[in-house]
Amino acid sequence: MIDFAALKRDRRAALAATAGLGVLLALAPFLIGAAAGATWLRILDFALLYIMLALGLNIVVGFAGLLDMGYIAFYGVGAYLYALLASPHFGLHWPVWAILPTGALVAGLFGVLLGAPTLRLRGDYLAIVTLGFGEIIRIFLNNLNAPINITNGPQGISGIDPIHFGSVSLAKPIDIFGFSLPSLHAYYYLFLLLALGIVFVTIRLENSRIGRAWVAIREDEIAAKACGINTRNIKLLAFAMGASFGGVAGGLFAGFQAFVSPESFSLMESVMVLCMVVLGGMGNIFGVILGGALLTILPEVFRHSAGPVQQAIFGKVLLDPEALRMLLFGLALIVVMLYRPAGLWPSTRRRQEFKGSAA
Amino acid sequence: MSGVGEILLEAKNIGKHFGGVRALRDVSLTIRRGEIYGLIGPNGAGKTTFFNCLTGLYTPNGGELMFDGKKLQASAPHKAAQRGIARTFQNIRLFGNMTAMENIMVGRHVRTRTGVIGAVLRDARTRAEEAAIRRRAEELLHYVDIADRADDLARNLSYGDQRRLEIARALATDPQLLALDEPAAGMNGTETEELRVLIEGIRNDGVTVLLIEHDVKLVMGLCDRVAVLDYGAKICEDVPAVVQHDPRVIEAYLGGAVA
Ligand SMILES: Nc1ncnc2c1ncn2[C@@H]1O[C@H](COP(=O)(O)OP(=O)(O)OP(=O)(O)O)[C@@H](O)[C@H]1O
Ligand SMILES: [Mg+2]
Repeated sequence: MIDFAALKRDRRAALAATAGLGVLLALAPFLIGAAAGATWLRILDFALLYIMLALGLNIVVGFAGLLDMGYIAFYGVGAYLYALLASPHFGLHWPVWAILPTGALVAGLFGVLLGAPTLRLRGDYLAIVTLGFGEIIRIFLNNLNAPINITNGPQGISGIDPIHFGSVSLAKPIDIFGFSLPSLHAYYYLFLLLALGIVFVTIRLENSRIGRAWVAIREDEIAAKACGINTRNIKLLAFAMGASFGGVAGGLFAGFQAFVSPESFSLMESVMVLCMVVLGGMGNIFGVILGGALLTILPEVFRHSAGPVQQAIFGKVLLDPEALRMLLFGLALIVVMLYRPAGLWPSTRRRQEFKGSAA
Repeated sequence: MSGVGEILLEAKNIGKHFGGVRALRDVSLTIRRGEIYGLIGPNGAGKTTFFNCLTGLYTPNGGELMFDGKKLQASAPHKAAQRGIARTFQNIRLFGNMTAMENIMVGRHVRTRTGVIGAVLRDARTRAEEAAIRRRAEELLHYVDIADRADDLARNLSYGDQRRLEIARALATDPQLLALDEPAAGMNGTETEELRVLIEGIRNDGVTVLLIEHDVKLVMGLCDRVAVLDYGAKICEDVPAVVQHDPRVIEAYLGGAVA
């Protein structure tokens, strides 16, 4: 029997929760801006970019079970594409609405390019090959300044057009009916919009024929084949989808920073995004979002508090805040993985999985 | 159903070796539409290898497979499923961390079309297809009698239920030929009897069955014809009553037991 009253109550509760979350997300930049200032607002904007990245990588690692260690390359592709198409470097100034889809498409193609030679590989072998791929892209970005200067080498590309829609640029305060919306706030809303779009696409995909095929491949590739799944195409699709999210995030990053250089796309960044996915809860969209937010914000909290806290306790700074930050960060990772091996907010699937293997 | 008795699968001189091991030697056999065809033989005779060649997991070193009048493409498992060959595995291969229901829904993959755009937009066609997938999966859960386990993870099902789920998943691909690799292994008497009824029902619903099985009673009671493999070669093919008394078959089994 269906308890309609309970269902109605649940729906009302869900609606209320959603509305509450909506208000919180809408007010977040004002609250954080007022409480903590522009530095933290900037970090909030970055958290949204990393959430997009983590959601993209989650499709490859969390859903399809393909351990990709070079994911940041797609972020780099998206970022450089924006930089090349909207900066004085080539004198091109494409509009955002044209660059972002192009970035998604090109990054998606790179995803297929990376995926194709790795189709037969799994686990650690796949990790090593993708790691190499990520580094190759970075090295190309570093060296494609001669004989023809495409990427401007290690100096990177600066003076990139800020994200703008017609004459409205997000780099300057935007005047809305006499009310002035600061730049960091405007970027926040744009990033939030795109992140929500990515969440929507991910949820739709997860609960579809495609999403089930991804999980089936992760669970047992041979059985998936026997069920008639063209594992090659479905895996390439996972690489392409994940990469295209990375490409979008990369484009936003370039417009936001107005500067890109190869060092933003190092192996460490790939590892970081992978940590977000694993620590948050592989395969669970909300866990991954949580992981993305926490791992962007926590290291910054450590960075900003390591000095002052030492000052307060010992009267002087004993350990370099930068070193201490990574130490604490590593410690936090270890603790989470020890006590919550399936991640902070695992999918029900994985929670049962870990319960089962522990029993 | 129409076409009962016509040839569905024709294997011609299938050979397969692994290094020096000749797992299959010129195996030829024909399976007719609507029959239950048994494939038996001592351990290591090459039965599973034959299944793997048939379903595209292995590429035979020689020979040809004709299915439903057309050649089967080698080493393309998803195409074999597309053509209408479904299978289960000797060591059950379910999607352990998906529910029983989801396992069967994956089986519908090959008969459905939704792509990325459809999945994201969830248009009327996609919604209808998704609903049909669910309906069919529910039907199959009932068909193999595990409807009460629909939302349990496959890995948490009992052994017998896992075997049934694997059959349901295979049936979800709308096969013409269902290949079962030792479905009764590890089952007790009652479970085996239930399985016999299930397999008979599947055949009566128009699906041809190819059955590898060590349980002689089950094979003899169920199969219309039986082929015997020994050291990769077919040594006999006939109705169960004849096969049972064939001296080569007795020799193969006894020889295996003594060695
Ligand atoms: N992938 C493989 N690599 C190497 N040898 C293999 C492979 N698959 C099967 N073989 C060998 O081929 C022979 C036939 O094996 P197969 O699994 O087909 O036997 P079977 O008849 O299914 O036996 P059982 O009743 O034990 O399941 C065996 O000698 C086996 O060791
Ligand atoms: Mg076998």
